[in-house]
Amino acid sequence: MIALSDYLILGAILFALSVAGIFLNRKNVIILLMSIELMLLAVNLNFIAFSHYMNDLAGQVFVFFILTVAAAESAIGLAIIIVLFRRRHTINIQDLDSLKG
Amino acid sequence: MTFEQFAFYFLASVAVIAAGLVITVRNPVRAAMFLILTFFTVAVIWLLLEAEFLAIVLVLVYVGAVMVLFLFVVMMLDIDVDQLREGFAEYLPIGATVAVIILLQLAIIFTSGPFDIEQMPAPAAAAADYGNTHQLGLLLYTYYVYPFELAAVLLLLAMVAAISLGLRGRSSSKRQKPEEQVRVRKQDRLRIVKMNAEKQD
Repeated sequence: MIALSDYLILGAILFALSVAGIFLNRKNVIILLMSIELMLLAVNLNFIAFSHYMNDLAGQVFVFFILTVAAAESAIGLAIIIVLFRRRHTINIQDLDSLKG
Repeated sequence: MTFEQFAFYFLASVAVIAAGLVITVRNPVRAAMFLILTFFTVAVIWLLLEAEFLAIVLVLVYVGAVMVLFLFVVMMLDIDVDQLREGFAEYLPIGATVAVIILLQLAIIFTSGPFDIEQMPAPAAAAADYGNTHQLGLLLYTYYVYPFELAAVLLLLAMVAAISLGLRGRSSSKRQKPEEQVRVRKQDRLRIVKMNAEKQD
């Protein structure tokens, strides 16, 4: 039988990989968005594993809402990237410093 | 090794390899493709966990909609990949260190005992007439009906925001502008030219 810890460790590996992805591709906004999607996927995997092993469907309802918010987030994020590219002709994070933050 | 274990370890290794390729591959289109593979594999792992509805939602919403959107954007933008890859080797040590530390910390907690098979045995497989979608629907439309409505409003909001961000007024269209037509004054259109009278022959 597969233990709950196996699923949790798979989620942890996916999460750690996406954190490394944010460090490695720190100039490309599109890969950064993909890394965030991967992080959300790892978290959702934990929710569903706990929901299965504790016999409680509330975890799956949470995953449902996380998927909704993540879809909205990526749609708006990509729209912002398009507007950004139209104005600045780049998606390099180093060039996006007009706010002087 | 049972078939379930074999399926889990096979799918898990595919998911990890694909996720590793997402963050290291050079071409953003290939990264999106490997992300699709990761999502698909994890959806099958969710089927092992008897979350059938969410597995199919993941395939439909993520692989079918969000990743296609990603691919559209990647192909629409003319990106200089080499310039965006600068600093990849430079940040590899610190990125790998942080990832390994996070993984070690989580692994120590997850393997420490409360989550292993003795403490938390796998539940018996659901009966043949058990419907995951049915049960989730019963929960969503009763206890979680207000969050459900809020999620619908959020999606509408995201749609309006994304469209209005991407909208660009076209200057070449020949439609009328009624506000300018109403506001027009006589001196904008009519020019009175004073001329000397001409003598006839």
